Amino acid sequence: MNLSIDVTNNEGVSNVVLTGEVDAFTAPKLKDTLLPLTKEQGHVVEVDFQDVNYMDSTGLGVFISALKSTKEHGATMRLVHMQDRVYRLFKITGLTEIMNIESTVQGGM
Amino acid sequence: MEPFDFVEVKVPAKADYIGVVRLSTSGIANRMGFTYEDIEDLKVAISEAITNAVKHAYQETGEGEITIGFGIYQDRLEVMVADHGGSFNLGEVKEDIGPYKQDDDIEELREGGFGLFLIDALMDKVEINSKYGVIVLMTKYLHETGVGQDGDQITTPQ
Repeated sequence: MNLSIDVTNNEGVSNVVLTGEVDAFTAPKLKDTLLPLTKEQGHVVEVDFQDVNYMDSTGLGVFISALKSTKEHGATMRLVHMQDRVYRLFKITGLTEIMNIESTVQGGM
Repeated sequence: MEPFDFVEVKVPAKADYIGVVRLSTSGIANRMGFTYEDIEDLKVAISEAITNAVKHAYQETGEGEITIGFGIYQDRLEVMVADHGGSFNLGEVKEDIGPYKQDDDIEELREGGFGLFLIDALMDKVEINSKYGVIVLMTKYLHETGVGQDGDQITTPQ
């Protein structure tokens, strides 16, 4: 029921590995970590969802504001290794249309 | 009256406890024979309802309790989430929900607006009563694949 956030920075790319659950309790921490990374021109933020086993609309909210921030500052964000269950939430809310998402093994939908 | 079991859980109106209710939810839904996918849907929908209740309670007083009631029926699970603060403006809440459409400007994207929309998308039936505080009543039916005991019983979501 917790979320751990691991950030590694490497030549203009931040790799953010999430492990656990993103809900109203853990989302503020995620937002505080993620947002500053999106404010640098040309920077790439890659978020690894491999070990995210739960997410709800509070998580979607964080990625919406991160996306907005990348557009404002000329950075880019991609979400990788997303599990089907989590991908489904991006899909039904229409966010797959505007976010760069790469889902995991079976390829999502 | 139709027989059912009732489980009630009461937690402080704090985000810290949403995960605890999620665990209770998956325990109950698993016990009833819901599929893995349906259990995940239930977890999201119930968390959304509690998140709304927590936000609301926090705006009002910063404290309080949230009551979650599980009505366990032969063919369905009914979940009631009640915050006992004042009522929020339903019209306002409804205006704020909905999926993103590609022709919307990105600046228009709402950060917090997907909660009710997801509840509606993931449950079979959703009712909101704001007479005494706000009560969200959500129903999910057990579908054929999840039942097994009663072969001739067909459940139809309405």
